[in-house]
Amino acid sequence: MSKIKSALAAMPKPVKIALWVLLALLAYALPLLEPPFITTPGVDFGGVLFVVTMYMLVALGLNIVVGYAGLLDLGYVGFYAIGAYTVAILTSFHANWPLLLALPVAIVATTISGVLLGAPTLRVRGDYLAIVTLGFGEIIRLVAVNTEWLGERKGISNIARPPSIGGTEGVFEIPHLNWDSGVPLLDFNDSTKFLVFGVLDQIPYYWMGLTVVIVVLFADYLIKNSRVGRAWEATREDEDAAELMGVPTFRFKLLAFATGAFIGGLAGALYASRQNFINPDSFLLLFSILFLAAVVVGGQGNRWGVLVGAALVAYLPQRFREFDDFRVLVFGLALVVLAVLRPEGLFPPKRTVRAKQLEHELDELEEGTDSEGEEKARA
Amino acid sequence: MPDAHILEVDQLTLRFGGLTALDNVSFDIKEGEILGLIGPNGAGKTTCFNAITGVYKPTSGTISFRGESLAGKKRFEITQSGIARTFQNIRLFPTMTALENVLVGADAQHSTGILSALFRLPKHRREEEAGHRRAMELLRFMGLHTKADELAANLSYGDQRRLEIARAMATNPKLICLDEPAAGFNPQEKRVLMDLIRKVRDQGFTVLLIEHDMRLVMGVTDRIVVLEFGKKIAEGTPAEIRDNPAVIAAYLGVEEEDAS
Repeated sequence: MSKIKSALAAMPKPVKIALWVLLALLAYALPLLEPPFITTPGVDFGGVLFVVTMYMLVALGLNIVVGYAGLLDLGYVGFYAIGAYTVAILTSFHANWPLLLALPVAIVATTISGVLLGAPTLRVRGDYLAIVTLGFGEIIRLVAVNTEWLGERKGISNIARPPSIGGTEGVFEIPHLNWDSGVPLLDFNDSTKFLVFGVLDQIPYYWMGLTVVIVVLFADYLIKNSRVGRAWEATREDEDAAELMGVPTFRFKLLAFATGAFIGGLAGALYASRQNFINPDSFLLLFSILFLAAVVVGGQGNRWGVLVGAALVAYLPQRFREFDDFRVLVFGLALVVLAVLRPEGLFPPKRTVRAKQLEHELDELEEGTDSEGEEKARA
Repeated sequence: MPDAHILEVDQLTLRFGGLTALDNVSFDIKEGEILGLIGPNGAGKTTCFNAITGVYKPTSGTISFRGESLAGKKRFEITQSGIARTFQNIRLFPTMTALENVLVGADAQHSTGILSALFRLPKHRREEEAGHRRAMELLRFMGLHTKADELAANLSYGDQRRLEIARAMATNPKLICLDEPAAGFNPQEKRVLMDLIRKVRDQGFTVLLIEHDMRLVMGVTDRIVVLEFGKKIAEGTPAEIRDNPAVIAAYLGVEEEDAS
């Protein structure tokens, strides 16, 4: 594993970029390839993949709050719900806005709710914060259940879908692969219209979700490698020491909460748009737990880890649907096994490996040049 | 101005319930000097530090830094205004690298927010570059530059102590408060540290030093303030302190022990 990593690190930049692009293309093409074993029997594969991207998005957002800033948030589904309900109200229930107009409003509303929740509650630490956020998630759901203006238990239907490109027929059609005969064949009877957001074909939603995930992933990288990311980490490690080193910890905790809420709201809004229908049961406490499970399973603090965690948490129960109710049991068992074997998650942030590598490189540079060497290695 | 006071502690009193940790303590620190704060265990040295850096709010009395009262300032604001400290028990950010630890300190004088980080605005680039340059400079000064990418938790004890000083210096303070920086060092390491503290001062920092080891304190400080049971019992040059009967009594005990 580490050999592969160092081999990858040694590659020239264009090759690396090409590899990344290839990986992304593969991810985009996944529902078209319909590879055997991976596709989900009995459920629409594109739809499952869309849900996977939503979990990924949520996990990235929650990772900022839990993984980077170290704030245990058990009510993250509340932000998801606020994003979804804002879109639902603006595009169907009380107004008739197009999705692209409602989406930014939903994100802003969720971010503000994150600040409103955080401002009073971030003064408490650890377990207390977990309890307060747990309450928040439930309150949002109960408000939705009991408010006529929010559709009560009936929920809200006819939520706007994303605008299609090229009318109802799309610009062009992409055939899927068919593996029935053992070899992959192009199946022209089964094709996806580019880019039609309809009822039956879920693949365009997946593409939309995946695109948003990639953008958020990139943003996450940029923010993490900056003063903001360092302040979050320092606050997580030792809040008092951070404060005494000049980090306005409260402000940065609030920022982490708002950023997490931003991403959670975005995911909720996209989810509502695909689902076309939401009711309070879409935002049970269970989902907060699952989101957190995705982050913890993957390895909190590692953005690639939480992506894998999200993919597993969203995908495995769908893949093994034939087990019926047992799949939840199996899923629970898997989590317990994981907690025992890899308590820090599948992919904990591997900083020691990088640290060792760089130390080695520095030593080599030290021998050659005098003091300019490590400066260059840093740049 | 040779006698410019950088920090003035005036009749500082701190009570925790019935316990008086600091009782009417007054002293000041001149710009560019190394002031030693000594006293037996529990004399209130660290409490005094905590009051200066904003961890405790004084019960009465004032602390002013460069002519400005520190009352009501938040801890991070005090740091940003130019007072940095280290901790008696090492409190680095263990899962961050040595370089990142120092960068957190350097960030105290920066203002990059989420937007300039996200869009890599010129401010982010400028501050990131300046911060890295300063951090590497300080790591080299402390002899830690080859360990820049080592996790702080993996550093040796002595390196962690030095890293704490580097992190404090990175906040670009006027006054740097060292809380027993030589704790756990052997005599040889203490001597090296003494030279280092002098070099820190020569770089233009004013140093407030808490230390147990009398020899270290006598060797490196310009002036010394002695606390005992929360009260200031003496103040003066190392030579004056050495011959002060009250100090000798505090450290060696009084008649009863002579008798035994």
